[in-house]
Amino acid sequence: MHVPDGFIDAPVSVATGAVAAAAVAVSLRGARRELDERTAPLAGLVAAFIFAVQMLNFPVAAGTSGHLLGGALAAILVGPYTGVLCVSVVLIMQAVLFADGGLTALGVNITNMAVVTVVVAYLLFRGLLRVLPKGRTSLTAASFVAALISVPAAALAFTGMYALGGTADVAIGKVAVAMGGVHVLIGIGEAAITAATVSAVAAVRPDLVHGAKGLVKPLEIRTADGVTEVLPASASAPAATPRKPRRLLIAGVLVSLVLAGGVSFYASSNPDGLEKVAGDKGMDKNEKDHAAKDSPLADYSTKDVGDERLSGGLAGVIGVAATLAVGSGVFVVVRRRKGAAEAASVPQEPVAAGRD
Amino acid sequence: MGAGHSHKLYRHGHSPVHALPPHCKLAAVFCFVLAVVATPREAMWAFGLYALLLAGVAALARLSPGFLLRRLLIEVPFVAFAVLMPFVAEGERITVLGLSLSESGLWSAWNILAKGTLGVAASVLLAATTELRSVLLGLQRLRMPPLLVQIASFMIRYGDVIADEMRRMRIARESRGFTARGPAQWGVLAKSAGALFIRSYERGERVHLAMVSRGYAGAMPVIDEATATRAQWSYAAALPATALAVCLLGWTLV
Repeated sequence: MHVPDGFIDAPVSVATGAVAAAAVAVSLRGARRELDERTAPLAGLVAAFIFAVQMLNFPVAAGTSGHLLGGALAAILVGPYTGVLCVSVVLIMQAVLFADGGLTALGVNITNMAVVTVVVAYLLFRGLLRVLPKGRTSLTAASFVAALISVPAAALAFTGMYALGGTADVAIGKVAVAMGGVHVLIGIGEAAITAATVSAVAAVRPDLVHGAKGLVKPLEIRTADGVTEVLPASASAPAATPRKPRRLLIAGVLVSLVLAGGVSFYASSNPDGLEKVAGDKGMDKNEKDHAAKDSPLADYSTKDVGDERLSGGLAGVIGVAATLAVGSGVFVVVRRRKGAAEAASVPQEPVAAGRD
Repeated sequence: MGAGHSHKLYRHGHSPVHALPPHCKLAAVFCFVLAVVATPREAMWAFGLYALLLAGVAALARLSPGFLLRRLLIEVPFVAFAVLMPFVAEGERITVLGLSLSESGLWSAWNILAKGTLGVAASVLLAATTELRSVLLGLQRLRMPPLLVQIASFMIRYGDVIADEMRRMRIARESRGFTARGPAQWGVLAKSAGALFIRSYERGERVHLAMVSRGYAGAMPVIDEATATRAQWSYAAALPATALAVCLLGWTLV
């Protein structure tokens, strides 16, 4: 899925480059919190691990084999910030040294394969762990689902970028179906391998699995005279920090709205080279529109809005808003169920349920 | 790092291209690729000129064409994708050799092939004439965050160690009669991956302790600062400047 040069046009490449740079900057700060001054050696070694594990082939059948992409695995094993960082470093090195993925497409590649996979996988993983009963089985199940969804999510993100700045003239519906279909299959393999790997690590060193921090049993000290003292689970366990993510979330939403609105505003201001040729030669008179042309977002411009650029920008904003609505809808449902369950089991603690 | 540590991507040499400071080369390659991507695809001659430019650099670096062509094979997967393009793209259909192809699809295929190949060739040239470690130094000079450079350098430094670890595990598996034939064997392979993670992570902790005991406090000392003179910068700028001229010509002539 490494996107080569020339696949996505220059404005969108630059915009995704900015998104990727911002994400890496945020992860650099976050990784310091996850790993403190051990960040460089540990993240470096984990990046080397991801690089190596991508070379580990998993035979599927009759000569074909797949390999792990590693975004979800990194997020679950070492945490989201370090995960983004490690996968990004792997991608940068692949582009600069191995010519795998274009240099100008680096932003596209990092945004898709490092940021989208890790963020989607981690959010899903955390959400599932909250609703599922505590235990190794749910850890495995949550890893499975997180990895399963993260791969097609990256494919869809790519389709979105392609819609904004793709250089090829393939209907967006076809791209979405093809990318989605293939990556659902890849996602199944990724999910099976990720879940098995996470459960293998959790069996031996559960303390190393970042996503399993809550599952580690507290240390019990029993002295000779029968007194039992329970030490709280490791003090460095990342307690849920409710304030910071919220600020980050708002900033993220604003950035994506500005990008979706602003970039498509400018991106559509001068028509793509081929459209220009088609227009000059009168080719586009008999152009066939695709099946979804009556959808209000067809051709990525909203109906009944006169100005073409404004309309393109508006379509981008609506797209982001729709994605957000669906995403947060799922999240709210999950939270509410968890809140209800908690309220039922622990009635003397109303704070937890009242937060949303 | 001394002998034996240079990567197989790197071709040792003493050409003017090898001698350029790494950050000049990185900036030049990046600007070159940007110019290539920004060129309109109808200007076919422009891509020929770009290819000639790169061939000139390769000749200057005394790299054999065979080596370059072999390294270009990495782009085979997306060539397959480009070949598919004329069959699936929308728009006017034309008939070539009895096949109904989309004209815009042909343009897209050409666009991806030309720009992708030039991008890969530029990166291959960079990697073949610049040592891994100087690439990292160059990135640091170009204001990549130091922590990111450190992570990348640890990845490069221990990449082969971890890969060897994986190779040893494979040999251990195979010497016990294991052959991976299908998904039934995924469990064993995943356990290997898990073991590999634990070993990598623990090695990271050991490396960190070793560094702390030698006075590490969050930043690596820069021993050999890469500096570039004005002459070296202008020498390196020759490639992207010519590319920019070709790109502008492409826009005005189309």
